[in-house]
Amino acid sequence: MAILNVNLTRIESINLKKSLKTAQKGHKLLKDKLDELIKQLLKMVQENQKLRRQTDEMLKNTYQNFMLAKAVIGEGYIEEALIIPRKSVSVEIGETSIMSVKIPEFHFQEKQEETENKALYGFAYTTSELDRAIESFAEVSEKLLELAQNEKAIELIANEIEKTRRRVNAIENVTIPNYIDTIKYIGLKLSEDERASTSRLMKIKEMLVK
Amino acid sequence: MYKIAVVGDKESIFGFSAIGMDIFPAYEEEDVKQIIPKLIEENYAIIYITESVSRKAEKYLAKLQTNQIPAIVTIPSNAGSLHYGENRIKDMVQKAVGIEINFKEA
Repeated sequence: MAILNVNLTRIESINLKKSLKTAQKGHKLLKDKLDELIKQLLKMVQENQKLRRQTDEMLKNTYQNFMLAKAVIGEGYIEEALIIPRKSVSVEIGETSIMSVKIPEFHFQEKQEETENKALYGFAYTTSELDRAIESFAEVSEKLLELAQNEKAIELIANEIEKTRRRVNAIENVTIPNYIDTIKYIGLKLSEDERASTSRLMKIKEMLVK
Repeated sequence: MYKIAVVGDKESIFGFSAIGMDIFPAYEEEDVKQIIPKLIEENYAIIYITESVSRKAEKYLAKLQTNQIPAIVTIPSNAGSLHYGENRIKDMVQKAVGIEINFKEA
């Protein structure tokens, strides 16, 4: 393995040992984080599949209702009725954090123009089919908001998992072995130096005795 | 204050305008590439996009995945669900966790 580019001294070896300990601690922490993230992700994915099924079903009904309305009233009239929306929706964004991954939280805010009647369009040319279709659109939009939040969270957490995994692997397979090898190498080098100086001293002593 | 947009074929998305979302008709990848950056600039936090269109612009949309907002969510069009949104999540989980996960029907 690779030996780090450091001075081969005892003090360097002590410093490296400290770094090694930190790296091992960090490795353990990151591994725990990874486990927890995966746990959270799986929980969310389960939720996501439930939501998906619900929204798919609801949307299907919604489209059907809308088609029906279109068939009964005629496309031109529908467009006319809906072309100027009286209602507007916006979202507020909050923020939660799961294992320090920041995840946006969406909240609906509806705003309706202040008019005397609460209808969203004129009743003259429209029938109850359109009312029903619009109602189901409103219903499904709430579920869709939940779905949006859930999917975004999954995306962000999945991304974080990938990043964390890479980091864990890097520490486990590169950083820690490098430290261990370097510490070992310094140890060997130092004892070699010691042996060299001992034998030199012995040699000098021999020469002096002669 | 953030807004909600719906992108897709006009037939499917038209109804959403009734409940106050803004609709943007799009059919091909090029349309998506033009519309999405504009939407991001104009403070849209959630973008619903119909399956057929989002599949065409898959690569482009994947790039936006890691941003906090907007959340881009695939919804089925009026032609019925192709389960594209579900599979996308499945792929993502597989990539992150390393194994495919099948949950039993709850």
